[in-house]
Amino acid sequence: MTPISLDIAHALPELILAIGALFVLLFGAIRGKENDGPATEIAVGILGLAVVVLLIGSKSRAVVFDGMFIDDAFGRFMKVLTLIGSIGTLLMGQRFLARERIDKFEYPVLVILSTLGALILISASGLITLYLGLELMSLALYVIAAFHRDNIRASEAGLKYFVLGALSSGMLLYGASLLYGFAGTVEFTGIAEAIQGHGDQGGLASSDNLRFVSFGLVFLMTGLAFKMSVVPFHMWTPDVYEGAPTPVTAFFATAPKMAAVAITTRVIISAFPGITLQWQQIIVFISILSMALGSFAAIGQTNIKRLMAYSSIGHMGFALVGLAAGTQEGVQGVIIYMAIYLAMTLGTFAAILSMKINDRSVENVADLMGLARTHPSMAFFLATMMFSLAGIPPLAGFFAKFYVFDAAIHAHLYWLAVIGVLMSCVAAFYYLRVIKFMYFDESGVAFDRQSPITAGVLTLTGLFVLLMWVFPSTFIGAAGAAAKSLF
Amino acid sequence: MFGFGILSGLIVLPLIGAGFILLQRGEDEATLRNAKWAAMLTTLVLFALSCYAWSQFDTSSSEFQFVEQRGWFGAGLTYKLGVDGISFPFVVLTAFLMPFCILASWTSIHFRMKEYLVAFLVLEALMIGVFCSLDLVLFYLFFEGGLIPMFLIIGIWGGKRRVYASFKFFLYTLVGSLLMLLAIMSMYGTAGTTDITVLLKTHFPVAMQTWLFLAFFASFAVKMPMWPVHTWLPDAHVEAPTAGSVILAGILLKMGGYGFLRFSLPMFPDASHLFAPLVFTLSVIAIIYTSLVALVQEDMKKLIAYSSVAHMGFVTMGLFAFTEQGIQGAVFQMVSHGLVSGALFLCVGVVYDRMHTREIAAYGGLVNRMPRYATAFLIFTMANIGLPGTSGFVGEFLTMLGTFEVNSWVTLFAATGVILSAAYALYLYRRVVFGVLTKDNLKSILDLNPREAGMLGTLGVLTIFYGIHPSPSVGASGPRGAALVWPPTAARAATRHKLAAATPPAVTLAAQAGAATR
Repeated sequence: MTPISLDIAHALPELILAIGALFVLLFGAIRGKENDGPATEIAVGILGLAVVVLLIGSKSRAVVFDGMFIDDAFGRFMKVLTLIGSIGTLLMGQRFLARERIDKFEYPVLVILSTLGALILISASGLITLYLGLELMSLALYVIAAFHRDNIRASEAGLKYFVLGALSSGMLLYGASLLYGFAGTVEFTGIAEAIQGHGDQGGLASSDNLRFVSFGLVFLMTGLAFKMSVVPFHMWTPDVYEGAPTPVTAFFATAPKMAAVAITTRVIISAFPGITLQWQQIIVFISILSMALGSFAAIGQTNIKRLMAYSSIGHMGFALVGLAAGTQEGVQGVIIYMAIYLAMTLGTFAAILSMKINDRSVENVADLMGLARTHPSMAFFLATMMFSLAGIPPLAGFFAKFYVFDAAIHAHLYWLAVIGVLMSCVAAFYYLRVIKFMYFDESGVAFDRQSPITAGVLTLTGLFVLLMWVFPSTFIGAAGAAAKSLF
Repeated sequence: MFGFGILSGLIVLPLIGAGFILLQRGEDEATLRNAKWAAMLTTLVLFALSCYAWSQFDTSSSEFQFVEQRGWFGAGLTYKLGVDGISFPFVVLTAFLMPFCILASWTSIHFRMKEYLVAFLVLEALMIGVFCSLDLVLFYLFFEGGLIPMFLIIGIWGGKRRVYASFKFFLYTLVGSLLMLLAIMSMYGTAGTTDITVLLKTHFPVAMQTWLFLAFFASFAVKMPMWPVHTWLPDAHVEAPTAGSVILAGILLKMGGYGFLRFSLPMFPDASHLFAPLVFTLSVIAIIYTSLVALVQEDMKKLIAYSSVAHMGFVTMGLFAFTEQGIQGAVFQMVSHGLVSGALFLCVGVVYDRMHTREIAAYGGLVNRMPRYATAFLIFTMANIGLPGTSGFVGEFLTMLGTFEVNSWVTLFAATGVILSAAYALYLYRRVVFGVLTKDNLKSILDLNPREAGMLGTLGVLTIFYGIHPSPSVGASGPRGAALVWPPTAARAATRHKLAAATPPAVTLAAQAGAATR
């Protein structure tokens, strides 16, 4: 058993966030003003510090806190993504919240707490830590979904998310307890050993108890699928995306998604390597359903936030194609997919946050009409995002899809890949429709000037998406190293 | 330069031009003129550069040349460029047609001229990339990346139903391409690399070839386009601006034929032979059916679009005959069609710019007011029919000759298509150019201005030159074309490249083809 002081070094980013959240809370309370003042800036600084610590910190792999917490390259990569998502959405949302008069200092605190939960979740190497991180993340999310408490749609979104979230947490706990009951341990490695057995002793995989383990697996997956918002546990997504204030939606679409996909990948790969057939069915099933629903249901949407909700369901389905392969290549694909998806989502929401007419936000896709005339650069980068979300080369979104489908093909999941590409053709239709409004239609009402921050985020992510193919090796290499650490 | 070769230069140059145009501020007359000249200069320099590359092309070798390779995504995916006798003619054709596109748009685009030019220059970079890539993923990147600028060109500067046409174009092509992408991944998994030179030597199991062939076929058949997946083409052609149609007919359609020639035939020879009857059937249906459809069109561009589908039918027929004449004829037909149909669309553009309608019924008796136009239009109409003495004849004749050895019935049906093509092309010509000039608004129509005369004149001279002196381009497919002949003897299959090296004269001819295109 390592001394706790050494363990703490591995959880330094989490500690920074925990202390930082308390600090911002105290700061706000002592300051005693309604609006957030510099709270957002402080929060961004704290999150940024965590990124720096992650980037320059140890590069080793360590399991600490009695096997409950793991610090590895995969975790660090996904944590950086999560933090970038939080930072980006905090910065972009500031003006929006001020305009809606909900710029309270509690908002950055809740975002930090939720991010803290996400980081713990990513580093979980046991069921207890998993639940701890998941709940910390979710509880903060429930609150910020309804942060605009005078707005009936936001309250509805928060309540809906809470009720369904509580249900899914219950299922997850039930699954976890079943697994604990049969494996006798909550650690992922322990569960894997119990299933596979060691030496001449057959594990659960070869015994009658397999079906009960499968039960546990299914319930566990249910809870995680809810957080990833994949079909059939996606119902909350469109309503919450539409109802919540736009900065909150942007946050929902980035940081928690990264964490949920990361932990699903970790659980599958490290706890259930022995029963590939069992979990592969589940992943393939939800992946196909998500891709199909995300593609078809988005066609009829007129609200751009709702459209992005269905789009995100579809994209989670695509990311899971890589996981379904279950190989190191597949995990690398998932990591690449999530990183690129993060850039595309941040960029798109930066554009959505800039959709204002006379200081009032508009949310219809048709409001983008003629944007190419009135705001050429915003239209150009948003179009880049849309082509990239549709997966057209040479934009980054293509390589995201390339890596997951490549892994699926190599794992002989041909039908999954074929269905996947056909669904991405269907999805291309509604992304093109957004471009059509911006470029093919004549001018509508001009939007207000973009704020420097949203313009900056949109430009940065746009350039990344546009030029990733020119210098890909560092990024792809880092993702490869991260994937390797899981195996 | 910076360790990059001339082919990278060809790809980057249009992007530099595009960047320069983007930096121009303002919408006034002077800025637009600068932008136009910048685009024109870029395309001309690019053409000069491609000619220079042609002069450096080592004609005694059949290997890929100007090869450059750098690390890219790692794990077998590299940035690798190179050209050989099959691909270089297309590079030169692209560089050659592009200045015409810029010229054709000189006065006919009335809004967002800068974006228009940028789209065309980006498109040019991507098209050259397609023909230069020696890595499958890189090829795919350029192949499908070209959809974006073309989608915008049709959708922004197109006609009334431009939204419908652009979506149809995009989605049709996307479905086919994505299936090809899966096949590429599958080949990547089997061979461990996406290097085309390695894959050309890899022998895939026959069962796998069948699937790979079908997946590639899905993409190239749509691009070509073959019946029954051709329906996007008439819409795209009709709605696209003139220059867009020229590029569509001149280069983008050729990507399908190039794909068959570069990938399907040499990489999946067994499957190609297996599916040859299917391709023959589709080609013959395309030739006869689309010719009949062309006969009843009311819109000039639509008529030419359908005739393109018919002419592409000859290309696929020739390719899948697996005879030397067939394959050479197919390549010649593609180059010739690139010139002729491009010129025909320019001809339509000339009268469209004046009258703003493409309806055949709106014209008649143009010969009275526009004698020079009538002459140019006549040359290209004859070339479209395949009159001996024009380039159109050589391609059709060779493909039919090549096919006749294999299947005389197919040739018989294809030959009726030639007759039908005479019918629709002459019928079009009679209705537009001949007759009495009765329509009032036509009475003041002006003949070709120097810009238009220059464009059509150059193309006309080339069309006739190729018709009388076809040998330069016939050899274009020489070494690699010979390698595709069926049935390959065991030795030939094994030493495909050595065999190719043994026939240098054909490469010499290939080099001259480019010289002629100049």
